[in-house]
Amino acid sequence: MIIQHPLLGPRDSSEFVYLGDASLIDRPDWQAENAAEAFHDYAYLRDNPAGEHRELWFHEGGDRSWLVVTRNTVTHEISRVELARDVARTRGRSK
Amino acid sequence: MRYSGFQVIKEALTGHKGWKPAWRDPEPKPQYDILIIGGGGHGLATAHYLAKVYGHRNVAVIEKGWIGGGNVGRNTTIIRSNYLLDGNEPFYEFSLKLWEGLEQDLNYNAMVSQRGIINLIHSDAQRDAFTRRGNAMILNGADAELLDADQVRREYPFLNFNNARFPIKGGLAQRRGGTVRHDAVAWGYARSADKNGVDIIQNCEVTGFRIENGRCLGVETSKGFIGAGKVGCAVAGNSGRLMGMAGMRLPIESHVLQAFVSEGLKPLLPGVITFGAGHFYVSQSDKGGLVFGGDLDGYNSYAQRGNLPVVEDVCEGGMALMPMIGRARLLRMWGGIMDMSMDGSPIIDRTHIDGLYFNGGWCYGGFKATPASGHCFAHLLAKDEPHPTATAYRLDRFRAGRMIDEKGMGNQPNLH
Amino acid sequence: MTQVNRLGGGQIDRTKTLNFKFDNRNYTAHPGDTLASALLANGVRLMGRSFKYHRPRGVLSAGSEEPNALVELRKGSRKEPNTRATTIEMFDGLEANSQNRWPSLKFDALAINDQLSRFLTAGFYYKTFMWPAVFWEKFYEPLIRRAAGLGTLSMQDDPDEYDKGFRHCDLLIIGAGPAGLMAALTAGRAGSEVILADEDFALGGRLNSESFLLNDDQAEIWVAQTVAELSAMPNVRLMPRTTTIGAFDHGIYGAVEQTGDHLANLPTGKPRQILWRIYSKRALLCTGATERPIAFENNDRPGIMLAGALRSYANRFAATPARRVAIFTNNDDGHRTAADLHAKGVKIAAVVDVRVDAPTSGDYEVLRGAQVIDTKGRLGLAFVEVGLADGSNRTLDVGALGVSGGWNPNVHLTCHQRGRPTWDEGLSAFVPGETLPPGLAVAGAANGIMTTYGALQSGAQGAAQALELKGDLPTLPEAEDMPVRQTPFWYVQGCSRAWLDQQNDVTVKDVKLSHQEGFRSVEHLKRYTTLGMATDQGKTSNMGGLAIMAELAGKSIPETGTTIFRPPYTPVPIATFAGRLKGQEFHPTRLPPSHYWAKERGAVFVEVGNWLRAQWFPLPGETHWRQSVDREVRQTRASVGVCDCTTLGKIDVQGTDAADFLNRIYCNGFAKFAVGKTRYGLMLREDGIAMDDGTAARLAEDHFIVTTTTANAVKVYQHMEFVRQCLLPDMDVQLISTTEAWAQYAVAGPNSRKLLQKIVDPEFDISNEGFPFMGCGNVTVCGGLRARLFRISFSGELAFEIAVPSRYGDALMRRLMREGEEFNVVPYGTEALSVMRIEKGHAAGNELNGTTSALNLGMARMVSKKKDSIGATLSEREGLNQPDALMMVGVKPVNSGDKVTAGGHLMNASGPVDAANDQGYITSAAFSPSLDSHIGLGFLKNGGERQGEKMRLVSPLTELTVEVEIVSAHFVDPQGERLRA
Repeated sequence: MIIQHPLLGPRDSSEFVYLGDASLIDRPDWQAENAAEAFHDYAYLRDNPAGEHRELWFHEGGDRSWLVVTRNTVTHEISRVELARDVARTRGRSK
Repeated sequence: MRYSGFQVIKEALTGHKGWKPAWRDPEPKPQYDILIIGGGGHGLATAHYLAKVYGHRNVAVIEKGWIGGGNVGRNTTIIRSNYLLDGNEPFYEFSLKLWEGLEQDLNYNAMVSQRGIINLIHSDAQRDAFTRRGNAMILNGADAELLDADQVRREYPFLNFNNARFPIKGGLAQRRGGTVRHDAVAWGYARSADKNGVDIIQNCEVTGFRIENGRCLGVETSKGFIGAGKVGCAVAGNSGRLMGMAGMRLPIESHVLQAFVSEGLKPLLPGVITFGAGHFYVSQSDKGGLVFGGDLDGYNSYAQRGNLPVVEDVCEGGMALMPMIGRARLLRMWGGIMDMSMDGSPIIDRTHIDGLYFNGGWCYGGFKATPASGHCFAHLLAKDEPHPTATAYRLDRFRAGRMIDEKGMGNQPNLH
Repeated sequence: MTQVNRLGGGQIDRTKTLNFKFDNRNYTAHPGDTLASALLANGVRLMGRSFKYHRPRGVLSAGSEEPNALVELRKGSRKEPNTRATTIEMFDGLEANSQNRWPSLKFDALAINDQLSRFLTAGFYYKTFMWPAVFWEKFYEPLIRRAAGLGTLSMQDDPDEYDKGFRHCDLLIIGAGPAGLMAALTAGRAGSEVILADEDFALGGRLNSESFLLNDDQAEIWVAQTVAELSAMPNVRLMPRTTTIGAFDHGIYGAVEQTGDHLANLPTGKPRQILWRIYSKRALLCTGATERPIAFENNDRPGIMLAGALRSYANRFAATPARRVAIFTNNDDGHRTAADLHAKGVKIAAVVDVRVDAPTSGDYEVLRGAQVIDTKGRLGLAFVEVGLADGSNRTLDVGALGVSGGWNPNVHLTCHQRGRPTWDEGLSAFVPGETLPPGLAVAGAANGIMTTYGALQSGAQGAAQALELKGDLPTLPEAEDMPVRQTPFWYVQGCSRAWLDQQNDVTVKDVKLSHQEGFRSVEHLKRYTTLGMATDQGKTSNMGGLAIMAELAGKSIPETGTTIFRPPYTPVPIATFAGRLKGQEFHPTRLPPSHYWAKERGAVFVEVGNWLRAQWFPLPGETHWRQSVDREVRQTRASVGVCDCTTLGKIDVQGTDAADFLNRIYCNGFAKFAVGKTRYGLMLREDGIAMDDGTAARLAEDHFIVTTTTANAVKVYQHMEFVRQCLLPDMDVQLISTTEAWAQYAVAGPNSRKLLQKIVDPEFDISNEGFPFMGCGNVTVCGGLRARLFRISFSGELAFEIAVPSRYGDALMRRLMREGEEFNVVPYGTEALSVMRIEKGHAAGNELNGTTSALNLGMARMVSKKKDSIGATLSEREGLNQPDALMMVGVKPVNSGDKVTAGGHLMNASGPVDAANDQGYITSAAFSPSLDSHIGLGFLKNGGERQGEKMRLVSPLTELTVEVEIVSAHFVDPQGERLRA
């Protein structure tokens, strides 16, 4: 597969390490009332769609960016690649 | 009709006119006591044990394509019970015992061949870990044998003992492990279940569940609604897709695992060899093909096909381990969809919906588990309580913090 | 031996004669021959035996679709089983042997199977061999296994080199027949970067096998001109002998180039084959079509082959299997073969055409509306029995029969991404479907365009469309353009032992039995009968089987389906996929900075992941590794030892938020600790299980050095980047791995300070007051070299770790040894390191095994509840906090001298020994020279409260049971006085 790195252009997927669903960005609030349940769902449950999937890839053999890749799990077609950091910010993460 | 050598001879002499279909091709009835979704190894085995052991005959198995077309028809055919953890080892040992009596139970020769499996050891830490595992196996009533390098060499003199990047320092052997003719497992279970009254309905795809007041009443299918007292799902690979129709999110991701077979060769490999340090395992089929595989491609996929990097990785492992296979040719590669669970272990459990039961998350241990999975799922469906060897395979174990993590990789499915 | 069946003409170089051997007999051939064509020219039709019935087999085809003529090529360690004689390019000195026969090809003992064939029908083995149960492995299976398989491997290491590479282009053209050549010409003239790959050694594809004209010239002349023009284009790369094996994701094609298979001897360094990964957004599939046979009784005898192959052998290779031949066809193409052979002087006994309106010929007899109903000839075709239209029979006395049932487009690669082909009624064949791999288009016969002109035209157009070329296309040569219509004719009614899959011996009868027994889906048919599972993957057999199944089921062929085509297109040596990564080159080897010094010292090395580390340093006279290790431990604890610990991961953490960041990464508190201090830290995974441990040293307000275990260095770095980029994107913190940048040595033992005081420049105070336990700082050594010093201890002794830029690592080690002489300094390896950490009760990889929590490791109180850190929340789950949870303990044998076995399990002092009574297990064990006893670390249920308990350590695997006592894991200096000294 070829991943269009937003900064580096097309890169072979073998330069990357795969983690999983991009929902791993949405880490729950540790102090919330239902934190135990929320962390369980966050860590363990997956939509696992047959179709478009937003997922995290790490450019280990490159610039060490984490990327959010939107890829179809049936055809493997990649429709979008973003820097995970940008995605995280738009999802309200800060520090 | 009973299969036997006598029958084969009789039919041969009378022009093979008497052979009957191995299973009927019935239309679905409106209502069953128990409906199994998924005509793969596990679903068909469940039906067999439901009928034969638990006396349930008003049972149907529905399959969206042709039976045996999922992972039971696309794996590397290995059976073994060399697990470490308490939640797993008794279950897989139960499975191995069922394999040992399978042909006689089914009256079908699935060619269960206990030619032995060796997991190679390359470091002291690995020997320590395998020693713990071997001991756990023996304490659970299984067989295990620790081999030193010389013993491995005597059995497999052609492995790379002279110029290996990771020298072979020994192996953990399970002599009762081996291989089985995978397609025949599906066919044998199907034939037996059918004989015991189970309806096997092919080309019948589930399009939805009918769930009212928290109770599952049956399934909508491409052949119309089929009612059932209990519905059991055994569609590993597609668990996420199917259970999504019931509104469930699972601790499972679907990944592609590639497998490979070489051209047919005269016998050269007596048993199964696993080369963990090189992501490679191999056996030789009765037909002569080397059947081998390695790691997952690593990304979520439902495509039943993989990519070149893993093909290369696996062949590199093969060449590193046994450089004499270089001139054997890889004939065919294919991919199966693995239900990769969050701790690498399966699930056989009720769901929060009454009458809906789930069997999945087999990672790549599904084939060897087929008999026990069928038996235990049948037990659960028949008695509403888990089989004694499958009590750990609960859906809520992640919530409870009772993971069964053989590899110690945590909640990242592609690492198990 | 003379070439009795050599014809005139052809594309062989008669000026040179090549010698070769088949089954130890000598023959001659010419450059341009294949092994198959050369054997035919020499009058050899019998080349192999079938898989199951061991029936005699000759060639069926003239290409890579060959199921029958499989041989063992070359000898010794270069022996290649199952090699298709039809694709072996002749070279001088070639040696090949037939296979799957004993004792000889002509007299094969297992041919008895053919007599027993009525018992050995499809799937018979599923119905028998079940009694008695133990007989399967002992008796039946070995028998079956010996009979099965085809060729034999040499069992010797493959001596050849293989290579891999990447290529990129604008357009990859797969297949160099008329469509491919015209496409290459179009794209090449337009200036595009083109790769034209073809499996054959001669470009031209089918044009090389035909007698017809292009622009009033023989087709081969046009091919030669075109290839010459393409060769001269710098933007076009011609790759003959290159099979495109698969279409993978995103325009990546796998291709195997046979760089050395046609050479008698490989020059040193030249690879035998190269695996190319060709990256191309656009590809044009021009793979042509494969002829399909017709099934009839005994249609498998040597001499019976595809009509197009017969024509190839005559036209291209100037060879014929016999001087008198017949043709059996259902289409006009079969007549073309008859005409060409006739023109070459081969006698055509008759053309048997199933059509009543078949064309006739003035040169030979055409039997219209006739069918071949049987054949005779034990080791080769002798007679063909023809059923004539009027119901009478006629026997033809021929040595060869060309069979044509029409042509199937080679759609293989169009299905590699799980697209399905569609059925073309006019051709009665599958053509490429609508869902193709993205970027792939199809031209020529592969796309169902069966005329030469059509192929040329579609090749040009395909290239133009793929590259969005504007303007006129190159002028097409004049070529035949006869419309092609194929009416299906799959098998002769009433036949039974009529072969579909000639290699696996699958007959029409087997397909019928499969249907009768309910194996009706195509996949069931394939798996039950083994149809199409042979080394040719059913290229000539799948369609016939499918058609017969469709007929039996009363369905159309497209309703019945087609099997999935999977890579590789043709089989590929496993070595080719591995390339150069074998032996020592399998994985890269990482060497720590002291490696060469250690080698000089005679160290014994051990693989630790990809690292090679010194395991111990034997001295003269030491005969057992324990002597060396015990000495290293004693000497370190008595005075001072040095160990290379560069392999531990080092992550440089900088930024104003660095402290806050580490506070989130580690489960213990990190927000407040002073510059110049080092702290032990435990990292959890998000699931609450321990991931790794190590230290963080604060060199400045905004600068930390984090260390990880050797095994987890990569994983921890990845995890920290995940937290930084995905969870805490606004933190001002930067990470970089500096593992290789710094050489780091542990200097341990009571004299470690004294030794370091000779190394560290005097302006730095490293006294106990000036540089206390857990201190750290930048220093200089050896007169100004920048270095980092950490006062941390894995051994439990007064100890430091000193780091210098890697390029000074070797020098520093030598300096330490020299300066340490007065203290009797000892270098120690990983084994002594491990012994000392076990003595000290430090957890390492064996304890941090991915299933143990902070609680298990005895560090439950470290997990801060006052902050948000990775893993803290899920570590609180009830299953991880059971009252009888496993806790890390030490164990000592009750009887000194007994051994502690890592991997042994702990059982109560009395009671049953089984899994139900399992109390825990030993993770690490060693002989402790300090205690003069074996000791171990392990996990024990409720271990925190069982100190002093006597238990049994059992290892049934190694047949050991030892009485042990549960003790504190801190065997040596439990109060930690030494490390603070």
